[in-house]
Amino acid sequence: MWGGRKLSSFGNRFLGVLRSRCWSTQAEGARLTSSAENQVSWTPQTKPWVFSEYRIMWFKSCRMTFACLNRMKIYRYPWRRLYSTSQTTVDNSEIKTFLALAHRWWDEQGVYAPLHSMNDLRVPFIRDNLLKTVAHHQSGKPLSGMKILDVGCGGGLLSEPLGRLGASVIGIDPVDENIKIAQHHKSFDPVLDKRIEYRACSLEEIVEETAETCDAVVASEVVEHVIDLETFIQCCCQVLKPGGSLFITTINKTQLSYALGIVFSEQIAGIVPKGTHTWEKFVSPEKLESILESNGLSVQTVAGMLYNPLSGYWHWSENTSLNYAAHAVKSTGQEHPVPAEFVFKGETEELRDKDSTNPGNAILARAPQK
Amino acid sequence: MLRVSTMAARLAVSRWRAAPSAAGRGPLLSCRRWSGDKADTVYDVVVSGGGLVGAAMACALGYDIHFHDKKILLLEAGPKKVWEKLPETYSNRVSSISPGSATLLSSFGAWDHICNMRYRAFRRMQVWDACSEALIMFDKDNLDDMGYIVENDVIMCALTKQLEAVSDRVTVLYRSKAVSYTWPYPFTMADSSPWVHITLGDGSTLQTKLLIGADGHNSGVRQAAGIQNVSWNYDQSAVVATLHLSEATENNVAWQRFLPSGPIALLPLSDTLSSLVWSTSHEHAAELVGMDEEKFVDTINSAFWSDANHTDFIDSASTVLQSVVGFLRPTKVSARQLPPSVARVDARSRVLFPLGLGHAAEYVRPRLALIGDAAHRVHPLAGQGVNMGFGDVSSLVHHLSAAAFNGKDLGSMSHLTGYETDRQRHNTALLAATDLLKRLYSTSAAPLVLLRTWGLQATNAVSPLKEQIMAFASK
Repeated sequence: MWGGRKLSSFGNRFLGVLRSRCWSTQAEGARLTSSAENQVSWTPQTKPWVFSEYRIMWFKSCRMTFACLNRMKIYRYPWRRLYSTSQTTVDNSEIKTFLALAHRWWDEQGVYAPLHSMNDLRVPFIRDNLLKTVAHHQSGKPLSGMKILDVGCGGGLLSEPLGRLGASVIGIDPVDENIKIAQHHKSFDPVLDKRIEYRACSLEEIVEETAETCDAVVASEVVEHVIDLETFIQCCCQVLKPGGSLFITTINKTQLSYALGIVFSEQIAGIVPKGTHTWEKFVSPEKLESILESNGLSVQTVAGMLYNPLSGYWHWSENTSLNYAAHAVKSTGQEHPVPAEFVFKGETEELRDKDSTNPGNAILARAPQK
Repeated sequence: MLRVSTMAARLAVSRWRAAPSAAGRGPLLSCRRWSGDKADTVYDVVVSGGGLVGAAMACALGYDIHFHDKKILLLEAGPKKVWEKLPETYSNRVSSISPGSATLLSSFGAWDHICNMRYRAFRRMQVWDACSEALIMFDKDNLDDMGYIVENDVIMCALTKQLEAVSDRVTVLYRSKAVSYTWPYPFTMADSSPWVHITLGDGSTLQTKLLIGADGHNSGVRQAAGIQNVSWNYDQSAVVATLHLSEATENNVAWQRFLPSGPIALLPLSDTLSSLVWSTSHEHAAELVGMDEEKFVDTINSAFWSDANHTDFIDSASTVLQSVVGFLRPTKVSARQLPPSVARVDARSRVLFPLGLGHAAEYVRPRLALIGDAAHRVHPLAGQGVNMGFGDVSSLVHHLSAAAFNGKDLGSMSHLTGYETDRQRHNTALLAATDLLKRLYSTSAAPLVLLRTWGLQATNAVSPLKEQIMAFASK
C-alpha cells in the first residue's frame, strides 16, 4: 500500500545476482537457479549473463537468445556491412529471433532498463538545447519542424520520445533486427508512424542524400563502438545544416570507467551484457572535443552523467569520468567580428591548421559563443 | 503464418501464466491477447467516469500546455447536465472545497464559473463533542477563507462549460459506458497491441495509451484490472438536506458535533440557508428521512443544543483540564458557541446514502491509473472525500505533464509510480485518521470519552498542531 516499488527491478536483479553468485557452484553446462523473487539467472560458462523475470519463456528460448546475442555483437561495428538492407520475405528463424529479442529492447525492466531511464536525462538535454536555437515553439510539439538523425538508434528508444515531441526523426542502425523491432514498435502509434523513419544502413551510406539537411544529429552510446571516430564525426558534420547541433553521449576512458564500467557493470553485476564494451574504444571528453573542434563543430556543453544501479535512475554530475554527454554546434561559416587576439570558430580552416590538441584554443574558441 | 501464430500463441499462454508470479501484481483478469484492429482511434488518455473528479481530470489535461498535441477522451455513463440558468433552489449535495482544490479548479478556469454562479466561503469551523464540553475551533488568523461550500451540481456545470471550451482536444462521450477492458502485455510481441482496448456498451471499441479510472467507489476499471480493494461498510448512512435558518446571519462558520450515533454537520450555503450532513445508523437515518418536517427540525436543533449526553464525571474532568489550560495559556480558552437554529427544511431535499471506507492496494498499473473514489472512499466527517480526489488530479496531471514534455510514453510505470507514492502517502494517512476519529467518537463509554475530551482540549490549546491539521486538510 505504501508504494513500495522503491528498489528498481535492476536493484532486484542485482540482489538476485549476488545471491545466486553466493550459492552457485561451478557446473559443466547451463544451470538454472531461482531466487525467492522468481528470478532466473542463466549461468553457462562462456556465454554472457542474461536476466529475465519470465522463467518459462526463457527456458524455452534460451538457445534462440544466445544465437541472437552472438549476432548482436555485430551492431557494435557499423562500418562492416553484414546484412543486405533489402527487405526479404520474413524468415521463420528470424521470427524466433524477433520474438526472443522483441522484449529486450522495449522491456523497461529488462536488460536495456538503464537505456530507458537514460532518456530522462538525454531527452531534456536534446530538447532544451534545440529550443535555445528557435525563437518560438509550438506548445505540445516543441520540436516540430526539426529534422533529427538518430545514429545507432537500436530499437528506437531515443527516436520515439523525440518523435513524440514533434520532430521528424530518421533512425539508422546497421543491424536489421533492430530496425525491424523499432518499426514494429512504432507501427502501433499512428502519430509516431508518420514522424519517424527507420533505415537499416550505416552513416556513410546516407551522407550524400542527407547532406546539410538535419537540424540535429544524435549519436547516443555509439561513439564507443565506432572504429574510426574521425570519419564518423566528419560524416555527422556533413549531414548537419550550418548551425545544427550534434549530441553525443558516451563513456570516458579512465581507470574508474574500467573498474566500474567494464569490471563491475559487465562481469560482476551484469548491468550491461558481457562483451558489449571494450575499454580501448572509450573516448575521453578532451579527445572528443579536439576531434569536434577540428571538424568545425564548436563544443557548447560537456556534462557528466552518473547511473545508480539500485534506484535505476541517472543523474547529472560534475564528474565526467564515467559517462558524459556533449553538445556541439556546427559553425554557420560566417565571419564573427572579434578582437584579433582571439581565435574564432567561424574560420574552420584556421582551426584545422592549428594544433588541435591545444586546450587553450578549445577554451578560447568556446567563449564568444556564450 | 500459421506457424507464427501457433508459436506466438504458445508463448503468449506461457507468458500469461508466468506473468502474474513474476510481476507480483496479482492475477490479471480478463487478459486475452488482442489481435488489434488498427483502424480504431488511438487516444492518448481515456478518463473513464465523468463525475467531479473525472471531469476535472479531463479538463486539467485539456488545458495543460504540454498536452496541446494529444487526444483525450472522457467517458460518462450519464446524460449531459446542462442548465439554461442557475436553479433557485439549492441542491442538497454539497462539497467542502479546500483552498488547494480551489487552486486546481482555477488553474483551468472552472473556479471563475463557480464564482459567477454561487458558493459560500467559511472562515471558522467549530467541532465539539456531545458527551462533554470539549471543543476545537479552527480559525484562520489572517482572515483567509478556510474553505468553500459549493453545490456539486454547480461544480459539475462549471467543469462541463470548460470542457466545451476545449472540445478540440477533449472529446466527451455521454451515455457511454465501458463494458470490457483488455490489458496489454508488459512488452510488445508480434501482433499484440501495446494499448489498452476498451469496448463500449454500443459495441464500438477504442484504444488508449493510458486509462484513468475515475468511476467511483464501485469502480469497474479497478475490478477489471483485478486490483485488490480493502473496504468495509460503516453501519451508518448519511442524511443530507437543505435547511432554512430561523434568522439571517453572517453564516460563515461550519459546525460539526459528534453525537454517539454519528457526527452531525451544518454547512453554510447563504445567509439564510445551510446544508445538513448527518451520519447516523441506518434505522435512524431512515426514520429521519421519513418523519414530518416539524419533528425533523426539532430533532436537528436538539442534536446541536442538547446536553443530554453529558455526564458529571466527564464534565468535571474536562473542567480540570480546561483550568489547567487556562492557567498556562489564558488567551487560548475558547467558549463554546451554538450554531444558528433551524426553522424549516426544503421539501424533497431529504436524501440518505450509505457510507463506507475503501482503499485500493495499488493506484497504478502499466497504462492504468486510479483517481478519486475509485482509489479511496472516506467518511464525510472530515469533508475530505472530493478534496482527496482533486489532490489526485493535481498530482497525476503534474506527473503526466512532465512526462509529456519529456516525450515519454504516457502509460509508462516510471512516472505513474511517482504519482502513486505521492498520493498513497497523503491519502493513507488521511483515511486512517478519519477512520480512527469515526471509531473514537462512535462510543459513549467513559474511558474513551475521557480520552477524546482531554485530547480535543489539548489539541485546541496547541496552535501549531491546529495549524498543521489545517494545512494538511487544505492541500
